Amino acid sequence: MTLAAENLSVTRGGRVVVENLTAALAPGRITAIVGPNGAGKSSLLLALAGLLEPSGGGVSLDGSPLTALTPRARGQAIGYLPQSPDIAWDVSMESLVALGRLPWRDRGTPAIEAALAALDLEALRTRPVSRLSGGERARVLLARVLAGEPRWILADEPLAALDLAHQLGLIAHLKACAAAGQGVVVVLHDLALAMNHADHVLVLHDGRLAAEGPPAHALAEERIARVWGISANWLGEPGRRGLVTHG
Amino acid sequence: MTRASLVFAALLAVLFPLSLLAGRVWIAPADFGPGNTLLILAELRLPRAVLAVVIGAGLGAGGAAMQGYLRNPLADPGLFGIAPMAALGAVGSFWLAPLLPPAFATWSLPVMALGGAALGMAGLALIAGRTASDGAEGAGGGIALFTLAGLMLASLAGALTALAITLAPNPFALSEIVMWLNGALTDRSWREVWIAAPLTLAGIGVLALAARSLDALTLGEAAARSLGVEPRRLLALLVIGIGLTVGAGVAVAGIIGFVGLVVPHLVRPLTDRLPSSLILPSALAGACLVLAADSIVRVLPLVTELRLGIALSLIGAPFFGWLLLMMRRGRL
Repeated sequence: MTLAAENLSVTRGGRVVVENLTAALAPGRITAIVGPNGAGKSSLLLALAGLLEPSGGGVSLDGSPLTALTPRARGQAIGYLPQSPDIAWDVSMESLVALGRLPWRDRGTPAIEAALAALDLEALRTRPVSRLSGGERARVLLARVLAGEPRWILADEPLAALDLAHQLGLIAHLKACAAAGQGVVVVLHDLALAMNHADHVLVLHDGRLAAEGPPAHALAEERIARVWGISANWLGEPGRRGLVTHG
Repeated sequence: MTRASLVFAALLAVLFPLSLLAGRVWIAPADFGPGNTLLILAELRLPRAVLAVVIGAGLGAGGAAMQGYLRNPLADPGLFGIAPMAALGAVGSFWLAPLLPPAFATWSLPVMALGGAALGMAGLALIAGRTASDGAEGAGGGIALFTLAGLMLASLAGALTALAITLAPNPFALSEIVMWLNGALTDRSWREVWIAAPLTLAGIGVLALAARSLDALTLGEAAARSLGVEPRRLLALLVIGIGLTVGAGVAVAGIIGFVGLVVPHLVRPLTDRLPSSLILPSALAGACLVLAADSIVRVLPLVTELRLGIALSLIGAPFFGWLLLMMRRGRL
């Protein structure tokens, strides 16, 4: 059940964006990928989802290379949630969530119902996506991924456009997925969210893995100073930490 | 069958018999019987009506698929450059026909038009093979580059067609070419039906195979690929499907624009707006539109019949303008 990158390198537009990265991700927990802008977080997530071809090394799922899977089998195993995707047609919310069943080629009614129930969306079934609020939209997009019942959920900044209450709400849903045994990997910008809610953190810096481990270790103050180039202190209790920056 | 399909199938069932009655000579249902009436029906009006249905269905389904693929409600199957390439092939046949033995000459137009469409498809497939990579950037860049490649083919075919017109061997050929380019269904026979119908049906079938992948594109290219969509396969289905439907239409009727652009908009409010729910009803609605337009041009009291291609452009261009306005107001 492990999703692992081994000596993974990714080149985009002639530039090496992920370099020789090795990491093994376990299911049943939330893994956060953090790093400054341009560190290669989104590229790493795409490569882990099998959507970006590695220029070196590879990604494996349960020990076999991701490239050995058919696109359909990969779609069944790994759900990918892009960052604030632009939805081309003003479909009903329920039709959008049902797209998550495409890799299975079935109607998947129980899975869709379960996803709608998990994200408290049952009352909005027929609402066109253009008339959803930002928070509802984020939940609908996550429900689309959950409807596919993937073993792994890979989400690129799912909290970026949300206010604090909706951020916490969505994190609670992701935690529930992890508690149910799914692997959850999220790219995060907010270090406090990673510190308080992730079980495991990968810190990326210039395409390389700068640190990996439990949040308190990976996001230690001296590492933040080195990777982000800022001086900052953690305040508060574990699980309720806040980051204070200086100058 | 969905609600939209039922609505347009019912409309077609009403329009089809009406179109058989309409024309320079009106036929009352009571007049059905042996003699001239039957001849007019069986050899003139019936093939023409069937051809209108076939061509309209191909253009409608092609338009729905193209808008789904390009994720853009302003897309038209003509964008792929296949229609202008087919037209170029047909124009070439006006040059070649006098040199061929008469037995071949009658077939040269549809055959060369289909050849032009096939050449257009091959050109697109060659470019697509390079751009629709399975990498994340490839998918996005692929669709944009692909559209530009289609535009390039369309301009090239347009320029060569214009060249063929200016160098036309004689005034008769010149007028033939110009008339033919403004598509029409005048004087078409069962022969044209037998050329276009199987190809169009096959094309719609191929587009239907792409339907669920087009749905996945609603979420963007990366999400679509994460749902198991293979960009190369989807592109191949699109090129073949559009090539067959549009190529067959141009081969027997010349260029008939705007149907593929307009029809999905008429259908969309009756569906859940996913591309897969549009393809069949758009085929039926396209059939209704072309059949109705062709019946109207037949009964207009003009000295010479208004060309169908011109009539549809006269309706389609203002509709396009209206779409642009709606889009600007964010209602599309």
